[in-house]
Amino acid sequence: MPFGNTHNNFKLNFSVDDEYPDLTKHNNHMAKLLTKEIYAKLRDKQTPTGYTLDDVIQTGVDNPGHPFIMTVGCVAGDEESYEVFKDLLDPVISDRHGGYKATDKHKTDLNFENLKGGDDLDPNYVLSSRVRTGRSIKGYALPPHNTRGERRAVERLSVEALNSLDGEFKGKYYPLKSMTDAEQEQLINDHFLFDKPVSPLLLAAGMARDWPDGRGIWHNENKTFLVWVNEEDHLRVIAMQKGGNMKEVFKRFCVGLQRIEEIFKKHNHGFMWNEHLGFILTCPSNLGTGLRGGVHVKLPKLSTHAKFEEILTRLRLQKRGTGGVDTASVGGVFDISNADRIGSSEVDQVQCVVDGVKLMVEMEKKLEKGESIDSMIPAQK
Amino acid sequence: MNGTVLLCVTVAGQTEGSLATPWHCNKEGHTYFCSAVLKKAKALPFYLVPTVLHKTRPTSADSKSIWVKMASSFARVLSSKRKVGILSLVGAGSLTVGFFLNREHVNAGSNVRRIYPASAEYPDLRKHNNCMASHLTPAIYAKLCDKSTPNGYTLDEAIQTGVDNPGHPFIKTVGMVAGDEESYGVFADLFNPVIKERHNGYDACNMKHPTDLDYSKIRGGVFDDKYVLSSRVRTGRSIRGLSLPPACTRAERREVERVVIDALAGLKGDLAGKYFSLTIMTDQEQQQLIDDHFLFDKPVSPLLTCAGMARDWPDARGIWHNNEKTFLVWVNEEDHTRVISMEKGGNMKRVFERFCKGLLEVEKLIQEKGWEFMWNENLGYILTCPSNLGTGLRAGVHVNLPRLSKDTRFSKILDNLRLQKRGTGGVDTAAVGSTFDISNLDRLGQSEVQLVQTVIDGVNYLIECEKKLEKGQDIKIPPPISQFK
Repeated sequence: MPFGNTHNNFKLNFSVDDEYPDLTKHNNHMAKLLTKEIYAKLRDKQTPTGYTLDDVIQTGVDNPGHPFIMTVGCVAGDEESYEVFKDLLDPVISDRHGGYKATDKHKTDLNFENLKGGDDLDPNYVLSSRVRTGRSIKGYALPPHNTRGERRAVERLSVEALNSLDGEFKGKYYPLKSMTDAEQEQLINDHFLFDKPVSPLLLAAGMARDWPDGRGIWHNENKTFLVWVNEEDHLRVIAMQKGGNMKEVFKRFCVGLQRIEEIFKKHNHGFMWNEHLGFILTCPSNLGTGLRGGVHVKLPKLSTHAKFEEILTRLRLQKRGTGGVDTASVGGVFDISNADRIGSSEVDQVQCVVDGVKLMVEMEKKLEKGESIDSMIPAQK
Repeated sequence: MNGTVLLCVTVAGQTEGSLATPWHCNKEGHTYFCSAVLKKAKALPFYLVPTVLHKTRPTSADSKSIWVKMASSFARVLSSKRKVGILSLVGAGSLTVGFFLNREHVNAGSNVRRIYPASAEYPDLRKHNNCMASHLTPAIYAKLCDKSTPNGYTLDEAIQTGVDNPGHPFIKTVGMVAGDEESYGVFADLFNPVIKERHNGYDACNMKHPTDLDYSKIRGGVFDDKYVLSSRVRTGRSIRGLSLPPACTRAERREVERVVIDALAGLKGDLAGKYFSLTIMTDQEQQQLIDDHFLFDKPVSPLLTCAGMARDWPDARGIWHNNEKTFLVWVNEEDHTRVISMEKGGNMKRVFERFCKGLLEVEKLIQEKGWEFMWNENLGYILTCPSNLGTGLRAGVHVNLPRLSKDTRFSKILDNLRLQKRGTGGVDTAAVGSTFDISNLDRLGQSEVQLVQTVIDGVNYLIECEKKLEKGQDIKIPPPISQFK
């Protein structure tokens, strides 16, 4: 319930021209695609939970964007947003996800055995491996729109589900609001703790409301499987470990996710999913698999090669700094992960990472020996 | 006061229905109809907007002018594109107006989505230190959480800023805002205790707030330039009928801008000036405004952003100032308007004169177009933050007090004079050197003239203390001045 938008019917007293946002200086997917006609068509609609068009677009109106970085500029408040506002969201999804059509079907594949290789990435170069995704609990509004009662219910359900895990998944929940200083210190040192969002992209969408109520971190005893509760999505699920054994990480990821899903289903609250959009998450950029599988890899020579960006694009990969999104690389170490989220399965996307990183490490070794890598440059996948 | 009237419901000149009904007006000026009327009203295709009906602030003694004032704001309502039925009732000595709104157009009070009981939604305020958290009991929350103002503003929205900003052990913030004029009525069970705490015991139900912009009553007010570097008076004004910054739609905000700049364009003489819209300002204009210390930025304070006041920035925001740069109006920042009169040096008397003249002239200009400021006799001028109710006035000087500021009695002297100190960067900044921003503590319960006189008398006393200390003489802590006059 971002501010002022619950009284949508009152707004209809004003003309479209008077209410239509000024997007002339904006550069985000929403601003590109929200014509006055679409605004007029959708402005009197709301989802069953009361989420409106102005709620969807507020973050994009408040954050004009960057000339070089194209942000999405809109969010979903609940599962039905993607249906009720499809006249805006389908074009945004298509624009963001390389032409994904409104009629396309998305394939889900969490069978880790389908992954080939991935257990032999050179640990001299690949420092750590990580796979993350998000999940939304069916029947509850999403972080931009949920009430305190809903957020607390999601937390209760999630903690119950997670606490019933055993074996390598046995773990503990640390609610943000009652964490001890010692626990907090440890979670920071483990790089597990998430902070109240400061990004205006998230704040303008109302995702930091009532912080830290209903938020927390769960992780297993081995510290290789981690779940964030009520940050940017209901759940963010992360499997990670040092070194290059992506195969093991992906296996733990898939097994853990499936165990959690079984427990939620037993309580009649499965995950939000449909065959067109795959897993439903708050930000349209995370639809499909919502998966980002990546490694921290040392590529000091390759990263300065003229063709680095092109190689990444052809391999369907993206680079980030080691601090995550919108950070710079430190000491030639890059975070390399899959660029796609929708239209290909989890296995497909992790396969891209595994194959692509293996190739780039070989390229790095060649460059170290002063050899050319021209013959190794791949075709567009 | 009470009576019996024939209520005629008319839409665009056609009489849709009529009811004979008793009504009464309580001492606060709120009008109530008997419940039988409401039942009958429900049968009509319209319903009564549960809005408090205000008596207009009288500017002259005869009741005729009250009728004229009301007629103009209701002429605007009639001419608006909204379908409204007008109910008019005439009783002993006052005309009050309400309007029926067509049901299809407004859902007053029914938007509040409730799937969990109030106890599951009640915020966790255990680590909070703000006025809202001190007074929002679970019982009050349960009572108010299903209510909304006619425009749809809810309790959760009003308190969101206080939930998101737990506060500081030493600085107690207010922790809630109003989304529209009716918020103060619909959520009175929470606003009134908050107002009482923030305004040192002011009882919003029973006390009346005096408004007085007669600058000729000021005594003294020309300070020694050796000590007083600059003088400034600011307040805010809201346009009745349009939602406040936490809740306004883009269209409403643009309408505020249109109404205000239209009025400001009518100012003449030393008040004539120009408007600079934040959306189309040139780089050069922006630089000039920064150099003049007039430019305001997109709010970064989470107290404001969590209340939704920075939405759609910089749409419909701007700065107007007169050519002499002594009278400045901010449009759509934290309030519909913030009005500032200032100049270098110590002539607070002149600053306040210009302030009053400018405000009264702007008010006259908007009334000619059928608009008025939000005001009522209990809360004075209605602004977004409860801390700015009443006069919304902060009159202050930048004053150099090298010796007095180091004296251990400085804070106590300020307290007794009902003054507060801030750094020269404004609220929550530190003093630079020994120059302080000294201004009135109070906002509500005393008039503009009284508060400015308090500042003048107080600053005179501070300068006297400084002079005494210069000469090696001792100073005295003054007796505390009374708060509500």
